[in-house]
Order: sequence, then C-alpha cells, then structure tokens
Amino acid sequence: MKRTWMLAAAGVVVAGSAFAGPPEPSEVVFEDGAVSNSLSGVPGDPENGRQIMNKGAGNCIACHEVTALSDLPFHGEIGPMLDGAADRWTEAELRGIVANAKIMFPESMMPSFYKNDGYIRPGDAYSGKAPDGLLGPLLTAQEIEDVVAFLMTLKEE
Amino acid sequence: MNRMSAPGLSAATAIAVVTGLAAPAFGGPDDDELIINGDTTIITEAPAPDHMEYISTIYSGWRFRTDETQALEEDDFDNPAMLAVDAALEAFDTVEGDAGESCASCHGDVESFAGLTAHMPKVGEDGNLVVMEDLINECRTDRMQTEAWKWSGDDMQSMVALIGLQSRGMTMDVAIDGPAAPFWQQGKDMYYTRYGQLELSCANCHEDNWGNMIRADHLSQGQINGFPTYRLKQAKLISKHNRFRGCIRDTRAETFAEGSDEFRALELYVASRGNGLSVETPAVRQ
Ligand code: HEC
Ligand code: HEC
Ligand code: HEC
Repeated sequence: MKRTWMLAAAGVVVAGSAFAGPPEPSEVVFEDGAVSNSLSGVPGDPENGRQIMNKGAGNCIACHEVTALSDLPFHGEIGPMLDGAADRWTEAELRGIVANAKIMFPESMMPSFYKNDGYIRPGDAYSGKAPDGLLGPLLTAQEIEDVVAFLMTLKEE
Repeated sequence: MNRMSAPGLSAATAIAVVTGLAAPAFGGPDDDELIINGDTTIITEAPAPDHMEYISTIYSGWRFRTDETQALEEDDFDNPAMLAVDAALEAFDTVEGDAGESCASCHGDVESFAGLTAHMPKVGEDGNLVVMEDLINECRTDRMQTEAWKWSGDDMQSMVALIGLQSRGMTMDVAIDGPAAPFWQQGKDMYYTRYGQLELSCANCHEDNWGNMIRADHLSQGQINGFPTYRLKQAKLISKHNRFRGCIRDTRAETFAEGSDEFRALELYVASRGNGLSVETPAVRQ
C-alpha cells in the first residue's frame, strides 16, 4: 500500500522534471515562424480550442471564417478562411502562428497571443485603463495548445 | 469525384448560413445616394485628398450601413438626433451665467455659424489647435461666466450638432498646412500607431480593411464628417473623442482622455481624411 503510493508520487516527480512548466513568452524558440515544442507539455483539448475560437481573448472568428464553426454567428473576413489549415501547415507552424503570428507573417494584423510585453499603451483588458502590474499573454500556454489541437482538425484532404 | 464535391458543397451551404446571419452585405460600400429631406444632397463618395497614400476614394460611413439605418438619416422627422438638436436650439436662446447673456444675445441667429464646421478643427490665434467643444466652452466660461459643459455630455454634443447642422451639405475642408502642420503630423502618427495588447492601429481596420466584416461589424473608413453621430446602440449623440476612445479601448489599450491634446490632433488628421465629403452631422449609425 505504502509502496504503491510512493511509486505514484515518484511518477509525478518524473513527469514534473521532464516538463519544467510553460516557458516565458520571450523564451519560446521560433524556427522559421514555427514552434516545435508543446508550450504546456499537456496535449491540447480541441473541444476547448473550439470554444476559444469564439470568445474571450481568442475570438479568432472575429477575423476568420471557419466552416466547422458555422453554428456560430458572425465570422469576419480580415484574415484567410481557416478551412484546411492543417493541410497547409504543420502542427509546429500552427503553434508558431497562434503564439506570435508576426514572426511567420511580419507586420501581420493578427494579434500575438503568446506575448506579454513590447506593447504601446497596453490596457487592462477592455477597461481603457493602464494595467496595475505586468500583463499576462492573451492566451495561456495550455489555451494555445488547445487552439492548435482544434486547428489540427481542420483538414479537407 | 463524390469525395471531392461533397465537402465543397457543405462548405458552400455553411457560407450561405454565415452570410445570412451577418445582415449587412459583405463587401464594400453600397451604391445608395444620400439626399436629406429631399433637398440637401450629401457627398458620400469623393476622390481621396492628395495627402492620402493608400486610399483613392473616400466614403462616408453612411454607405456601409443597412438600409434601415440609412433611412433614419434621410428625413429629419425620422432622425432621432433631432430631439437633441431642438434642445440645443432652446439652450442657444437661454440666458445663463453671471454675465446675463445667451448665445443668441451675442451671435444672433445660429445660422451665422454656417460654414464653420467644414473648417474645424483649426488653429486659433494663440497657436493652439481648437475643436468646436473648445470654442463653445470658451464662450460659456469667459463670456457668459457660467460653468463649462462636459465634453461628451448631452448639452455639449447637442450644441456641437446644432452648429454643425448649419454647415450640413457643405464640403469638409480643414487646413493641414502652415500652423496646423505639426498637429496634423501628430495625428497622422497616432493613426498609424498599433496601440494596445492587440497591437492594432486605426489604419489596420479603417484603411486596410474597410468594407470587410470584423465579427458582426461592417468596417467603414472611420470618417468623422457625420459627428456628433446618433448611435442607435447607445441611444444618444456620440462625440468624436468618445468614438476614438472606444476604438482605442477595443484594442486592449490604455486610451486617451476626451478633450486631450492627443485627441485634438487625431481629430484634425481624421477630419482631413474626409476633406471632400459633406458635413453630415447629425448622422445616424448602428
Ligand atoms: C485581428 C484579426 C485576426 C485575429 C483576431 C486572428 N487572426 Fe489569424 N490571421 C489574421 C490575418 C490578417 C492573417 C493572414 C496572415 C498575414 O498577415 O499575412 C491570419 C492568418 C492566420 C493563419 C494562417 C492562415 C492559413 O493559411 O490558414 C492561421 C492558422 C490563423 N490566422 C489562426 C488564428 C487563430 C487560431 C486565431 C485566434 C486565436 C486568430 N487567427 C486570430 C488575422 C487575425
Ligand atoms: C458675450 C457674448 C458671447 C456669448 C454670450 C457667446 N459668445 Fe460665442 N463668441 C463671442 C465672441 C466675441 C467670439 C469670438 C469672435 C468670433 O469669432 O465671433 C465668439 C466665438 C464663438 C464661436 C467660434 C466662432 C468662429 O467663427 O470661430 C462659437 C462656435 C461660439 N462663439 C459659440 C457660442 C455658443 C454656443 C454660445 C452659447 C453657449 C456662445 N458662443 C455665447 C461672443 C459670445
Ligand atoms: C479593431 C478594429 C478597429 C480599430 C483598430 C479602430 N476602429 Fe474605428 N471602428 C471600428 C468598428 C468595427 C466601427 C463601427 C463600424 C464602422 O463604422 O467602421 C468603427 C467606427 C469608427 C468611427 C465611426 C464612423 C462612422 O461613420 O460612424 C470612427 C470615426 C472611427 N471608428 C475612428 C477610429 C480611429 C480614429 C481609430 C484609431 C484610433 C480607430 N477607429 C480604430 C473598428 C476599429
């Protein structure tokens, strides 16, 4: 009994040391705009990713049309339609685009979702006021993974 | 063959559903003409002024709205802003303050302001950039000896609209050179600055993407020739600076204050992007 418990605890420690926690946004390594390592170390949940596409700091369909989300109203037309995104891009590329699209597409209008400094007059969400302390990134490491997992379902071929 | 066409078909159906929900038509401005009360023709489309590099034709925001919203501006009896304008006409004749004066006792008929709005903002004799709200409050505090009106308050914006109405149909023509040049440059720099955590500039939305949908909104060129504008969503007259504040806030930015020097400069620059359109206030928007 006691032995099993200790083994389980050891297992947690091992998992913990394999993944040291999400990197700071400035520490993320981009290669040609792509990020090969998972930001959270935990597989993304496409269902939660689907939710983020439609709301909060994600709100991707403000700018993109996605047929798989046609149950949701009002898709924007600022960026390209995302149908078939997983055919056009690898998982690492999609992670890089969602984390900081301006590395793949310089000057892009797409917000950088895993970034937390270098802004001009950043505000505290939509209050119009300056934040009290440091800002967090628009999406957490896990939320990025969830969105990437959803994008990976957008296959046409 | 079947495998190829089936997903294509379902995609087309889904697009139709989405388009149906986003009521305003996708694409650019419509082709409607704005004639108010059957006699005042409003220029809603004009060649862009020379200083604009990336846009060749400028359009009033009216051209991007639904037919229902457009109709409210075509007849003053339907225009919900006219109640506020009537209230301002009453205020114009009302004595207020220690000097015992009304606007009318010095200015006579409000029609004497015809043409003024088409050239606002402008640089005053002291070298400062002034907007209509400044001129009105200066008369209230210095000449009437009463308290200043709040920038976006109903009293103030109704008066700005009443004075603007005297120029309705006249062509916007603000000066951008001479003493106005440094203010104009400041406003231009702001227009292209990507503010906030979303890192978006006015130009990202209103220059690069006018005509496109952003979520449920049909993007216009962000012109201010219709301001103060009656916004149906807020059920009142909205000041230019309040609109600027809202657009900057929506980029998750720390915004500027209404009546700040920054917004005066931005107002001059944005007004100059509308040089050639008619003064349209009080416009009606969604
Ligand atoms: C403000 C508008 C905007 C928002 C919000 C936005 N994007 Fe984008 N996105 C763009 C634009 C514009 C591009 C085209 C890239 C460029 O700038 O050339 C793009 C490109 C992309 C691409 C590559 C396009 C392709 O070929 O398939 C993906 C994937 C993408 N976005 C995903 C997302 C996701 C996921 C979100 C939400 C977390 C999001 N975008 C939010 C504007 C936006
Ligand atoms: C005691 C007299 C007096 C009163 C009362 C008065 N004004 Fe004035 N107003 C002036 C004078 C003098 C000027 C500056 C000279 C000019 O441009 O006509 C002026 C200028 C203005 C201007 C700028 C005109 C321009 O061409 O630049 C506006 C707008 C204005 N007043 C509006 C108002 C309004 C609205 C009220 C009432 C809330 C008001 N004034 C009350 C005397 C007055
Ligand atoms: C994220 C996109 C976005 C940005 C950035 C943005 N706006 Fe807007 N703006 C909108 C939307 C959406 C509307 C409502 C629909 C329309 O008229 O375009 C709007 C409306 C306006 C209007 C009202 C137009 C009318 O005819 O009623 C003005 C003026 C305006 N914006 C100015 C600005 C200025 C100045 C900036 C920069 C400080 C700015 N906007 C930044 C999205 C944006």
